[in-house]
Amino acid sequence: MSTLSPTQGTGTAGTQAPARLYGLLAEFENPAQLMAAAEKVRDAGYRYWDCHTPFPVHGLDQAMGIKRTWLPVCVFFAGATGCMAGFGLQLFTNSFGLTIWAMVWVTGYPFLISGKPLLSIPAFIPVIFELTILFSALATVGLMLLFNGLPWLHNPLFRSERFRRASDDRFFISIEARDPRFYRTKTEQLLKSLGATAVEAVED
Amino acid sequence: MTTIPHDHGRGVRGFVDVDNTADVPGKRAQLVVGMDTFGEVTRAVVRSNESKRPPMAWTVMFAISLAMVGALGFAVNYLIFTGVGVWGLNNPVMWAFDITNFVFWVGIGHAGTLISAILFLFRQKWRTGINRFAEAMTIFAVICAGLFPGIHVGRVWLAYWLFPIPNQMEMWPQFRSPLLWDVFAVSTYFTTSLLFWYVGLIPDLATMRDRATNKVKQLAYGLFALGWRGSNRHWHRYERAYLLLAALATPLVLSVHSVVSFDFATSQLPGWHTTIFPPYFVAGAIFSGFAMVVTLAVPARQLFGLKDLITLRHLDNMNKVILVTGCMVGYAYSMEFFIAWYSGALYEKFAFVNRAFGQYWWAYWIMVSCNVITPQLFWSRKVRTSIPLMFILSLFVNVGMWFERFVIIVTSLANDFLPTSWDRFVPTWVDICTMLGAFGLFGVLFLLFCRFLPMIAIAEVKTVMPQADPHWEGYGHGHGAGAHAAAAHSHDGGNQ
Repeated sequence: MSTLSPTQGTGTAGTQAPARLYGLLAEFENPAQLMAAAEKVRDAGYRYWDCHTPFPVHGLDQAMGIKRTWLPVCVFFAGATGCMAGFGLQLFTNSFGLTIWAMVWVTGYPFLISGKPLLSIPAFIPVIFELTILFSALATVGLMLLFNGLPWLHNPLFRSERFRRASDDRFFISIEARDPRFYRTKTEQLLKSLGATAVEAVED
Repeated sequence: MTTIPHDHGRGVRGFVDVDNTADVPGKRAQLVVGMDTFGEVTRAVVRSNESKRPPMAWTVMFAISLAMVGALGFAVNYLIFTGVGVWGLNNPVMWAFDITNFVFWVGIGHAGTLISAILFLFRQKWRTGINRFAEAMTIFAVICAGLFPGIHVGRVWLAYWLFPIPNQMEMWPQFRSPLLWDVFAVSTYFTTSLLFWYVGLIPDLATMRDRATNKVKQLAYGLFALGWRGSNRHWHRYERAYLLLAALATPLVLSVHSVVSFDFATSQLPGWHTTIFPPYFVAGAIFSGFAMVVTLAVPARQLFGLKDLITLRHLDNMNKVILVTGCMVGYAYSMEFFIAWYSGALYEKFAFVNRAFGQYWWAYWIMVSCNVITPQLFWSRKVRTSIPLMFILSLFVNVGMWFERFVIIVTSLANDFLPTSWDRFVPTWVDICTMLGAFGLFGVLFLLFCRFLPMIAIAEVKTVMPQADPHWEGYGHGHGAGAHAAAAHSHDGGNQ
């Protein structure tokens, strides 16, 4: 791990084999500074960069230029699937004597209960509703994690001792080295000029 | 440590109440008192997790709860090995303590979802102080609730028949039955509440991971934090997901107790066969759940020094909700009586007169005095902000709501249409052990939660501090000017 303070310039890991640079990590004191800095980084045209905050800072999405997520649309389709699944399940198990293959051969059982019609939609509504909610909720969490690339326990940023405070009371901007506009010195200068209290190189 | 402007010259932070219930027009009320930096919030919450030993009271409560779980285990095993005859059930009264406890615990759960979902949609920022442990309460309450129908089916080893699983008998559940709707409603409710709770926990688990002082803790918290690194690209989807979960949980929570009430309302039994049940059950659930939140919050904030985060204002607001839902419940009681008289139905009229003056008259009057009279005391601001009074009143409400379910279930069954089939239900020691044991199970789960997980949503509480707003006046007008405002506290966050 090499930790360089803004004044040091180059890495300290001289004797070891040069590790690949993951990117630069800049620390800020408060949301206001972070927000102002994020706007500048966005305007500088970086693509592979991120802000790290202990809580969601409102307005930062616009400051970073993040597009709205498709998550709600996907959840709608998951909910619709749940709705159909709930209806289909009850229709199959309670209304007709069909035999189908669903992993194993299963046969429906036409229940005649208290004189209700075999296809009694009003009585099916509660289960349809519950399954709609269940599918939507599972999809919401599952897709949120999937879109976020989580769970992924390792990240080069965790090598930084300083970064531990990203979940406490400090605000960070990280710019990855794979960004086409990333030049170590130029990027470092930019981050320092934005009022970062510390800029640190993080190795992969 | 730097001097904190709002310290009020107090000795030990977090253990003294500050009155922040007054409303000043044009000014937002403080929801976090006496704290200026985000680091202080983190430390105040994790103090209960990071202290070497839990408070003495915690250990005592844990031992008692554990003993009660032992009683539960014994009673349940005795039931399974012997048969449901060990309960005091008889021919007309086939549901008694088991279903009473089931409905009681499901109801308790509702306040957690109300706080986490409905208050979130209504942008009630005070929810952030109490939502974490209210949601935990929901999950543990639903676990306790799920126990009862599970053991009540008699042949526990066939409980999987409740689910539509393909089997060699080619049998399926009967989907037109409200009891089966219950299976789906309660299991969906449990899953969704667990997801909601866990999603809220992820950023805080990351905080715990980052503060961990040894490898075991780091690994345990890190595993469940899923590699969360506070990325704003992640926060963006996270917040959307949270909003969606709130929007899904809101109709869900209203549906769950409605479906529970269908268990009764769709039957032909006088006293059960009423259309008022769904809204009446939901109001009652929120009423009892909020009382339980107060019952838990009052000792917890005292014991773990969380009075700066669960402030008097939070308690005051909860007591107002208890007052409102208490009025709704009182209205429902009187409306039941009115409809029983107005319907002109002989059996319906008898069922209600029998409730108030029949063999279980004492249960009915315990219910009325606890649920209708005690919450009315919350009209007084003095009572709403008095810690001992609200604690005692919340206990009364808990008792009253347990009796409400007992009254509805047992009085209606014991004296139904034909006087020849009437009987009397008397609980046996197994009934009582199971009921108390469920409280023990709840206690064990809740105490473990208090010790090992952040009791307050750290990340969410930070968002309701004025400092979370990038345009806060303290950060100055020019963006660069913010540096010195925060620098004053820069070394403050470092000390453990």
